[in-house]
Amino acid sequence: MPEPDPHDPKDAIQSGGGGAMSLATGDAEALGTGPVPGGPASGKARSLWSDAWHDLRRNPVFVVSALVIAFLVLIALWPGLIASGNPLQCDLAKAQEGSQPGHPFGFDAQGCDVYTRTVYGARASITVGVCATAGAALLGGVLGGLAGFFGGWWDGLLSRLADIFFGIPIILGGLVFLSVVTGGSVWPVVGFIVLLGWPQISRIARGSVVGAKQHDYVQAARSLGAGNGRLLLRHIGPNAVAPVIVVATIALGTYIALEATLSFVGVGLKPPTVSWGIDISNASGQIRNAPHMLLWPAGALSVTVLAFIMLGDAVRDALDPKLR
Amino acid sequence: MGRYVIRRLLQMIPVFIGSTFLIFFMVYALGDPVAALFGDKAPDPATAARIRQELYLDQPLWKQYLHYMGQILTGNFGTAFNGQKVTELMYDAFPVTLRLTLVAIVFEIVIGITLGLLSGLRRGRSVDTSVLLVTLVVVSVPTFVSGYVLQYLFGVKWQVVSPSVSPAAPLDELLLPGVVLGLVSLAYVTRLTRTSIVENSRADYLRTAVAKGLPRHRVVTRHLLRNSLIPVATFIGTDVGALMGGAIVTERIFNIHGVGYELYQGILRQNSPTVVGFVTILVIVFLVANLLVDLLYAVLDPRIRYA
Amino acid sequence: MRRGTRAVAGAALWVLVAGLAATGCSGGADGTGAGVVRASWGDPQNPLEPANTNEVQGGKVLDMIFRGLKQYDPRTGAAEDMLAEKIDSPDQQNFTITVKGGWTFSNGEKVTARSFVDAWNYAALIDNKQKNASFFQDVEGYDRVHPAGGTASAKTLSGLVVKDDRTFTVRLRTKFSTWPDTLGYAAYAPLPRAFFTDHAGWLKRPVGNGPYMIDSYTRGSQMKLSRWDGYPGEDKAKNSGVELRVYTDNNTAYTDLQAGNLDLVDDIPSTQLKNVKNDLGDRYINQPAGIIQTVVFPMYDPTWNKPGMEKVRRGISMAINRAQITDQIYQKTRTPASDWTSPVLGDKGGYKEGLCGDACTYNPDEAKRLIQEGGGLPGGHVTITSNVDTGSHRVWMDAVCNSINNALGQDRACTVNPVGTFADFRNQVSGLRMTGMFRSGWQMDYPLAQNFLQPLYYTDASSNYGKFSNPQFDKLIDDANAESDTGKAVATFQDAEKILADQMPAVPLWYQNGSAGYTANLSGVELNPFSVPVYERIQVK
Repeated sequence: MPEPDPHDPKDAIQSGGGGAMSLATGDAEALGTGPVPGGPASGKARSLWSDAWHDLRRNPVFVVSALVIAFLVLIALWPGLIASGNPLQCDLAKAQEGSQPGHPFGFDAQGCDVYTRTVYGARASITVGVCATAGAALLGGVLGGLAGFFGGWWDGLLSRLADIFFGIPIILGGLVFLSVVTGGSVWPVVGFIVLLGWPQISRIARGSVVGAKQHDYVQAARSLGAGNGRLLLRHIGPNAVAPVIVVATIALGTYIALEATLSFVGVGLKPPTVSWGIDISNASGQIRNAPHMLLWPAGALSVTVLAFIMLGDAVRDALDPKLR
Repeated sequence: MGRYVIRRLLQMIPVFIGSTFLIFFMVYALGDPVAALFGDKAPDPATAARIRQELYLDQPLWKQYLHYMGQILTGNFGTAFNGQKVTELMYDAFPVTLRLTLVAIVFEIVIGITLGLLSGLRRGRSVDTSVLLVTLVVVSVPTFVSGYVLQYLFGVKWQVVSPSVSPAAPLDELLLPGVVLGLVSLAYVTRLTRTSIVENSRADYLRTAVAKGLPRHRVVTRHLLRNSLIPVATFIGTDVGALMGGAIVTERIFNIHGVGYELYQGILRQNSPTVVGFVTILVIVFLVANLLVDLLYAVLDPRIRYA
Repeated sequence: MRRGTRAVAGAALWVLVAGLAATGCSGGADGTGAGVVRASWGDPQNPLEPANTNEVQGGKVLDMIFRGLKQYDPRTGAAEDMLAEKIDSPDQQNFTITVKGGWTFSNGEKVTARSFVDAWNYAALIDNKQKNASFFQDVEGYDRVHPAGGTASAKTLSGLVVKDDRTFTVRLRTKFSTWPDTLGYAAYAPLPRAFFTDHAGWLKRPVGNGPYMIDSYTRGSQMKLSRWDGYPGEDKAKNSGVELRVYTDNNTAYTDLQAGNLDLVDDIPSTQLKNVKNDLGDRYINQPAGIIQTVVFPMYDPTWNKPGMEKVRRGISMAINRAQITDQIYQKTRTPASDWTSPVLGDKGGYKEGLCGDACTYNPDEAKRLIQEGGGLPGGHVTITSNVDTGSHRVWMDAVCNSINNALGQDRACTVNPVGTFADFRNQVSGLRMTGMFRSGWQMDYPLAQNFLQPLYYTDASSNYGKFSNPQFDKLIDDANAESDTGKAVATFQDAEKILADQMPAVPLWYQNGSAGYTANLSGVELNPFSVPVYERIQVK
């Protein structure tokens, strides 16, 4: 563990009544030096973010999850690296057969090789999961954060807008927005999930910010003349981000599954695109006959979600100075 | 406080108008519903034209909307294509879904917060890891899979419960569907609770409480848990409406004729009175749920005040 | 504050418990009497008027509560006289119908010639917006009660005349020798006066003249019917009643059957077909029904209709391995199609196995050669379009495309184009917006070869979605309709079908079977050619 940072805002608060003073000075210094890339040699005061990075690199949870994600990205980009087959070549005569030499995961209902399809499905599923989560978290986080911070009519406007979007049934929205799109591109699906996903994250971010802005160190910083931008970015943001990370990492998994629902009603990804979602929904009715059809794509989805949950946990820990 | 509530309630009016128009427009954008009424056969043009005329479908969008809103103001929510009044449909569907949602919410609150608390207090230990694994299974197995599997195991193999829900939908029959419905949200509640507990367990007020010599269970429930519940409460607030309108899959598997089912039918048959009527009620549920959550913030964290 | 919190929490808990208790109380036990068949059902799309019901689920109920002039034999499908004492015609165009005496509706009202004529006039009149109105288009005067635009200039069909209490005459616009055989369709059912005098009341609890009466009807969830003891017909119900339960998912119905909550399921989900013999043993029915599945080419699109393309269309048909798909995907609950009718018609009725010949036999090499000879797929690519909202179409579409791709040795020659809603699909189809093949399923209205050919492939016929047009085909159909000798008529219909085999405007895929499963409580369960259970013959132990 790195040594305690004397300028950390929260530690300063915990040290007692004089904390407000040291908080302000600590902040001024950090701002002066700017975000310094946290190297081992860095003896200077580090910003919160560089501290976090410093922590992360030493956290085995982070390293493992980052490696898993790197691997997933690699096969998403070049599935041919580990799968030599063609995911679209299917022989109905082998439908639902189990594992056999050369086909370790067996065959699906159409007689396609489950291993090849699972590997090739990574691209579409991870693109949808990661991009939709990033988009929804960014949009929802920013809008919700602003609503919670400023309150008043700004909050009313954004929150009520979110309420309206909440009300749109996913199937209806999908049919309206996605049925006009033809072709197998993942981007309309990503855009659609962002559109319907941001309100939830925005509510979470808003609630979190409403809670965080009551904290003493925020009041202290404000009374010392810290601007809104500063307060949000340096004091409230890092303290309010944890629930957003938690929800976003789980949402990643549910978004990949949501793609399956959309594909199931015919408005999601279209063939010949291969995705875990499509395969999971095709397998859903076959649990009694061919559980392996479900096991592998759902397993791949689990590993992906696990990696991101662990990554999110590590990032959150790194951002939380109390855990030092 | 009172003024805040009144202000929030007044905000429902623009939301009501906005969402009805948006949904109305979306159903309109799906296209002409009349052709589908004739099944696989070609619609007879003259009959189809008469049906369109009767349903106001031959009018421009804004006239259709005004006509519909005019009807709503007189308490007439229109009729579904099978001739049933939408108000009747709502009267049948909402109580059922409300019970289902209640089971799901109670389930996710009780189990989710307990698991989250356990794993947060024992961070990094085996309890924490097992809870994480359970969470993962829940997230990566979609509802339609867990629903069918649990239904088969409990309903057919072990014969503990009825695999489907009767039209009256009594609460005991809704236990299993409610659990299935709440499973994914359970993952969120558990993780959110755990994270908040981990964050707050090092907070100064907690040290103070421990230093004062308060017993551990009191510290945990009164200080730690209460202050950790803001994100959880927010999530549950967003979840109430989502569960009510999004129970399509669960309601289908267990043959529950609730809101999700009616909404899905309405969408597939492109019947705007059904869809707009149900969504409007759902939006109101969202508004009320979110208002309650906002008020709850002040209870959970006394520092938060509403003017 | 602390006390306040506790109060709030306590109140919340109290509300919750009270809510649970209150809501829990509303669910009562709904007992089912002895001898009652509990059967699966689907929510009818339309109000249950006979001329407004065009789908199977509403049709089930009409079959139970109505009897028409003719009745299709549940086993053979042959149209037999029911309420008709005799139907005479000197010229295949003017018919004199005599109604049997002694029949009443379950409310005691006599069934007379007027019961039919009133019902038919109601069905045809455009003001009543009946979806089956076009069934009366062959009757003289239809264009005045049901004009293509504007208001009706007459309230009744001039071709229908009541002669006396039990006799009426029908004059058709053209010759139609097999017209009497169409009269078993529910749209031709007689209606009691109450239908016209208290329409709303009748819709809440329809009254008919069939072996069952409706006791209660909760729309969207269930209907209870009981045996009508005063039923005058031969086919009295052998059980004391039927309880129809609406299921939104046939998988749930099947699960309920396994758990013993339901006695009869008339639609086995395709995903359970592998298990059904194991689960039910011999309590499983799988028999042909009058349904054929085809994929249609958009003949209005010049790229599919130019000379030489018939080779491509035939080639595509030959590239589809029907036997393998029906085995692997449907576990033989579909039969590979080799003509454009249905096996339920029987050889005498016009079904002819193998009529399509080589063009419907799987032959990947020949398929590839033919498609190349015809100039290849337009744009090198073909799509199959269908709605997928019922969930069951996707699997066979994938399989058909894979079969075509394997035959051609390309992995993207054929792709599936799913459409989100049935309505959207219907609009795209009837708006002639298709650029590739599309699904077309046809369930017969009455067991006649004419019903499988004329509405689908005759020039500008009502359900000719591909806009196929062939003068020779049209002439053969006209000839067959005018033919009074059934054998000759059937032969002429088959000559017309041979043109379809040459031109391949629609690829026949498979004949759909009816499938049903039931518990050990029941015996005597049968499906009729429309894949609907014959409820009145079921016995309960």
